[in-house]
Amino acid sequence: MILRRSLVKVLLGLIFLGNAGNILIFSVARITKGIPPFIPGSADTLADPYADPLPQALILTAIVIGFGTQAFAIALFKKVYKNQGDDDLDKLRSTDSMDYKEGNN
Amino acid sequence: MNSHLILPVVVPFLSGIILLFFRKNRDIQRILSVVASLISFAVAIWLFWDVKTNGIQNLYVGNWKAPFGIIFTADLLSVIMVMVSAIIGLSTSIFSLATMDKAREHFGYYPLLQIMIMGINGSFMTGDLFNMFVWFEVLLISSFVLIVLGGTKQQVEGGIKYVTINLLSSLLFVTAVGILYALVGALNYGDIAQKIPLVQHKGMINLVAMMFLISFGIKAAIFPLFFWLPASYHTPPAAVSAIFAGMLTKVGVYALYRVFTLLFIHDLGFTHTILLIIACLTMLTGVFGAASQMDFRRILSFHIISQIGYMILGLALFTPLGIAGGVFYIFHHIIVKTNLFFISGVVKEMRGTYYLKKLGGIYKLYPVLGLLFLIPAMSLGGIPPLSGFWAKFAVAKAGILSGEYVAVGISLFVGLLTLFSMIKIWNEVFWKDNNQENAGIELKEMPKSKVFLMFTPIVFLALITITIGLFPQPFIEIANEASAQLLNPKLYIHSVLGAK
Repeated sequence: MILRRSLVKVLLGLIFLGNAGNILIFSVARITKGIPPFIPGSADTLADPYADPLPQALILTAIVIGFGTQAFAIALFKKVYKNQGDDDLDKLRSTDSMDYKEGNN
Repeated sequence: MNSHLILPVVVPFLSGIILLFFRKNRDIQRILSVVASLISFAVAIWLFWDVKTNGIQNLYVGNWKAPFGIIFTADLLSVIMVMVSAIIGLSTSIFSLATMDKAREHFGYYPLLQIMIMGINGSFMTGDLFNMFVWFEVLLISSFVLIVLGGTKQQVEGGIKYVTINLLSSLLFVTAVGILYALVGALNYGDIAQKIPLVQHKGMINLVAMMFLISFGIKAAIFPLFFWLPASYHTPPAAVSAIFAGMLTKVGVYALYRVFTLLFIHDLGFTHTILLIIACLTMLTGVFGAASQMDFRRILSFHIISQIGYMILGLALFTPLGIAGGVFYIFHHIIVKTNLFFISGVVKEMRGTYYLKKLGGIYKLYPVLGLLFLIPAMSLGGIPPLSGFWAKFAVAKAGILSGEYVAVGISLFVGLLTLFSMIKIWNEVFWKDNNQENAGIELKEMPKSKVFLMFTPIVFLALITITIGLFPQPFIEIANEASAQLLNPKLYIHSVLGAK
């Protein structure tokens, strides 16, 4: 979807991919059931089969960050649509063309 | 405790927050932003001195011992980068005083700049792979806003490409971190480096290494992944594109240096051969792209790409001299490149355009600016005795010593072409007479104070370039030390985890 010409679809693609990445981290991180990561009073380290809490912390952070960046991307894409009156990526090539003329910046 | 390690992050962070309170008051913002950059600069020098004399320093946040807690680790490469970022931050904030327009200042340009510097410094100082991702996001989100701040048509267009590609690269990064964690169960650099040799599936490690290469490669704009850079870097105002050009791609290069000297060194024949090929292609495409452009800043943007190639070449050779040359190259390149973008900004202020064909005759009116342009331009092309010559010399010598003659040949050839396009800019902008096309555009008169503010950072950076060029010895020694540290990961691991 990221390769689509329509901006909205690019955005949807990015969001899907972000979620997919998070789920990937979740699933590769040795999920075990019903074994909380508590260290019993007598021991110094965790006994071996334990549920690792760290991947969840990672995913939580990644979700929050993803949320922020995606919100920004949505706002930006809307601004582009307003500016250009068009959401076709093929028409957004003026900054790439060779005889690019000076804008008003 | 080494609490001072956190200062390069805290200073810009606090000043960013304080600046937000004075959003309505332009004067206070302008003064505060320069003061904050000065403090950052002082902190960077202090830190540099500390690490230079006392070796690698660690800060365990909350006193959680490694590998459990969040950690800040400063080795020589990190502090060199922090120092350069402080120099660039300082000159950019001075340059912005003269060139930034009121609307952008009102929308929080200065706080954003500080927050971005915080993100940059954070990613240099952190000793933890996931935290590096978080710092990357901090600097990315502020750079997103900076690149579209002002909202002109070109800016949002360039912004889209920049934002989309960087979101993708961050995604790859976090996925790679996740997979690596699944393989080795660690996030701390030192801890990962220790555990990677124990992993049985070498293929998986190579896979993760390539994911990191692609993700950092997008940020560093290496060969097949560079296309977003010349599409976006020339759209924002000159001060913004100067700090982008100087610092942001180099954060990607720094990350590559960190990851491919500390973590993925088990299969050099595979990873570093790929790096070598990429380096050569990056140099070539960058310089050929530049040769065909007719816009001041687009030429410079393409040159960033070809220069990135040299830095990766230093890394790919993986000899002490190669890495030292690469580190030296990063240092020299950031300063020179930022300066060139500043000068393009001054030319734009004078003439109202970056388009080469419309420019001309500036040497007659402002011979000083012409000379100031020549210093970084010739340095970029590698003319002795300027800094670029020593940087190229070190990398090329390292290449010859390791027998990579093709790569060295390409790098020298690219140096020649770099010189060609610098001379093209010189001819078109400064030397040629005012032609018919721009007869209508008058040279804008500027108040003295503005000229002073614009030229101070340019002269400052040019002086650094000349100093490096005339007295390269101390700088090369520091680069050598940094490379010795990088090539001896045991030092790093011991310092982080404690000797075992």
